[in-house]
Amino acid sequence: MHLALFLIFAAVALAGAANLLLQKHPINAALSLIVVMSSLAVLYLLLGAEFLAIAQIIVYAGAIMVLFTFVIMLLNEGVEEKTHGSRVAKLLGFPAVTVFLALIASIILSSETHLGKVIIGESITTTQDLSAVLFRDLLLPFEITSVLILIAILGAVALARKDEQ
Amino acid sequence: MIPSSWYLILSAVLFTMGVAGFLIKRSLITVFMSIELMLNAVNLSFVTFAHDWHAVKGQIFVFFVMMVAAAEAAVGLAIIIAIFRTRQTLNVDQIDLMKF
Repeated sequence: MHLALFLIFAAVALAGAANLLLQKHPINAALSLIVVMSSLAVLYLLLGAEFLAIAQIIVYAGAIMVLFTFVIMLLNEGVEEKTHGSRVAKLLGFPAVTVFLALIASIILSSETHLGKVIIGESITTTQDLSAVLFRDLLLPFEITSVLILIAILGAVALARKDEQ
Repeated sequence: MIPSSWYLILSAVLFTMGVAGFLIKRSLITVFMSIELMLNAVNLSFVTFAHDWHAVKGQIFVFFVMMVAAAEAAVGLAIIIAIFRTRQTLNVDQIDLMKF
C-alpha cells in the first residue's frame, strides 16, 4: 500500500517536473508545478507530516501558484521565444548538473545503512506536537517571520506600483 | 515499508530538474518557477530527515522555508512586473544588463 502510493505520487511528481521543463507556455508550466506540489503534499502525509501536507496545499499550491498564474495572465505572457540559449550553460551547466545528481545519489546510497525506513503511521507529527515547539521554543523566530511577511507585502506593493510623476 | 533513501533520491532528482529548468528556460517566470521547484525538493528531504530522526524541529524548518518562499514569491513577482513595465519583455536573453 505504502509502496504503491509512494511510487504513484513520486511518478506524478517527476512527470510534472519533466512537463515543467518541456512546456513552452508559462501557464502550462505553472499548472504542472501545481501537480508537483500536490503530489509532494501526499508524500508529506506518507512521512507523517500532516500539518505540512495541508500547508503545502494551502500555501504553495494555493497562494503562491495563484500569484504566479495571476502575474502570467496580467502580463499576457505568450509562448516562450526559442533562442539559442547560453553557450556556458550548454558546455558547463548540463555536465555539472549530471555530475551533481550522480554525486548526491552516490552519497545517499553509500550512507543507506545509516538511514532508517519509512513505515506508514509509525511516527505521526500532529499539529499539536508541532505547535507546542513552534509557540514555546521558537516563538521569536515565528514572530520575526510575520514581520518578514509584512515587509515583503510592503516591498511588493512598492515595486509593482506605477511611478506617478 | 520503504527505505528513506528513496525519498531522498526523489528529492535529489526533483532538485536537479529544477536546476536544469533554471538553465534551459528562457522566460523569466518559468525560471522563477524552477526556483520554487528546487525549494520544494529541498523541503522533501527536510521532511524525510525529520521523520528519520523523529525531530519535530525539522518540520518547523520546512514551515519557515514555506514562509520565506511566500515572501520571496511576492517580491520576485513584483520585480518581474517592474521589469516587464520598463523592458516590455520577459525573455532572459534580453534582460542581460548585468551579464559580463
